[in-house]
Amino acid sequence: MRYSALSIFRQAFAGNLGWKPAWREPDPKPHYDVIIVGGGGHGLATAYYLAKEFGLRNVAVIEKGYLGSGNVGRNTTIVRSNYMLPGNEPFYEFSLKLWEGLEQDLNYNVMFSQRGIINLYHNDGQRDQYIRRGNAMMMEGVAAELLDRDTLKKMLPFLNFDHARFPIMGGLLQRRAGTARHDAVAWGFARGADRHGVDLIQNCEVTGIRRENGVVTGVETTKGFIGCNKLALAAAGNSSRVAEMAGLKLPLESHVLQAFVTEGLKPCIDHVITYGAGHFYISQSDKGGLVFGAEIDGYSSYAQRGNLATAEHVMEEGVTMIPGLSRVRVLRSWGGVMDMSMDGSPIIDRTSIDNLYLNCGWCYGGFKATPASGFCFAHLIAKGESHHVARALRLDRFERGFPIDEAGAGTQPNLH
Amino acid sequence: MASLISCPHCGTRPKEEFAIRGDATPLRPSSMASDEAWHDYVHLRTNPRGRVREHWQHVAGCRRWLVVERDNLSHAVFSVTDAATEVDR
Repeated sequence: MRYSALSIFRQAFAGNLGWKPAWREPDPKPHYDVIIVGGGGHGLATAYYLAKEFGLRNVAVIEKGYLGSGNVGRNTTIVRSNYMLPGNEPFYEFSLKLWEGLEQDLNYNVMFSQRGIINLYHNDGQRDQYIRRGNAMMMEGVAAELLDRDTLKKMLPFLNFDHARFPIMGGLLQRRAGTARHDAVAWGFARGADRHGVDLIQNCEVTGIRRENGVVTGVETTKGFIGCNKLALAAAGNSSRVAEMAGLKLPLESHVLQAFVTEGLKPCIDHVITYGAGHFYISQSDKGGLVFGAEIDGYSSYAQRGNLATAEHVMEEGVTMIPGLSRVRVLRSWGGVMDMSMDGSPIIDRTSIDNLYLNCGWCYGGFKATPASGFCFAHLIAKGESHHVARALRLDRFERGFPIDEAGAGTQPNLH
Repeated sequence: MASLISCPHCGTRPKEEFAIRGDATPLRPSSMASDEAWHDYVHLRTNPRGRVREHWQHVAGCRRWLVVERDNLSHAVFSVTDAATEVDR
């Protein structure tokens, strides 16, 4: 069923009885051409583009919980492409371009809102660094603007400009960045994939990967054995656990990242704003809640909950940046398991096993990458070679000495 | 995550006093070891779910390197020992 204004109109007069479920709930077939492990944003996007762009329709997505139960529904919904390094920037820009046409493509409202992102700077060195990043973006054809203090004061009068230790001197603006409703992204891709014939199998945990003669022949699951020609892993925080079933050891460590939302307020924060003296980021959802977060907690964790000390630290950063936040009440907080890689950049690559493909290491930047990650992973699975914007995101880059380290933090996953 | 860590030298302290390095399982290879051995040590992690051993440093206390054994799913802490006593392991 195609969604449109007309369909809403028709259903309104038909008592809204004609709406169909957005996707089927099929039993697994004995064999698929491609099985994707992980029914989150990236897995569903991969299935969608495999079917739509590359004509592979005998595809299944296997999810141990319900669709979108992991990080795609736990992030702070920010979409941007203001990266610096040549290995990253073309990829994230490709993603942003897919975002710009995503709703029409999926026939699904993901509430994508290009409200702009502003990264604040607090000293001369940081300004120079942002100029460098803006120039690097423009070298890749992505618009970036440097805002001075006076411009910023008119745009964001509520900021703490005269903080004694971290005065705000200006910011780097990417106007095309913004936010999207994260659950709708998962549902939109799920519905799109289902419409192209992909089987979405929920509540089905992969318990083993069967191999014969050095190639994968299928997966053992809680719903029995399912055979496949190609196996693709998009298991985010649990990537190491799934890859271990195939005897692989990955350059990843799982960490917990928390996010927070306040009570609903009238529109007050029009952009996505990030704090330069910490790692705080905030935006306002269309429902009115302020959505914000900061760093990971710092210790390895598979628990989808974090520590109160980190929550306190995040609130302190927020109030330092916007003093008015101290009056707002936090409604909820939650945590997600991040697959932190050794250089802070993702991996979309083949593995040492011929028909096993890997998509992981998204750290806490996976949401914005959802469309491009799906597209490039589907390209890799269907054609056997990397998409040209994802050529740097190789698994062997660590061994070869070509890490993509935006933060310059070295091989410390908890510092990226 | 448990909010308190029992440092063997300083007693029970808030976890914010500690800096976390990461997995204590990989052992540094010899300087003449192969590139593969170094790649394995520097980059690859088993990243287990459940019981883990990690290197923590008590930066706001005795500044000793410690081995914290804990569960990364339940966040329970089992033991904290000085890393120097781990050398023979």
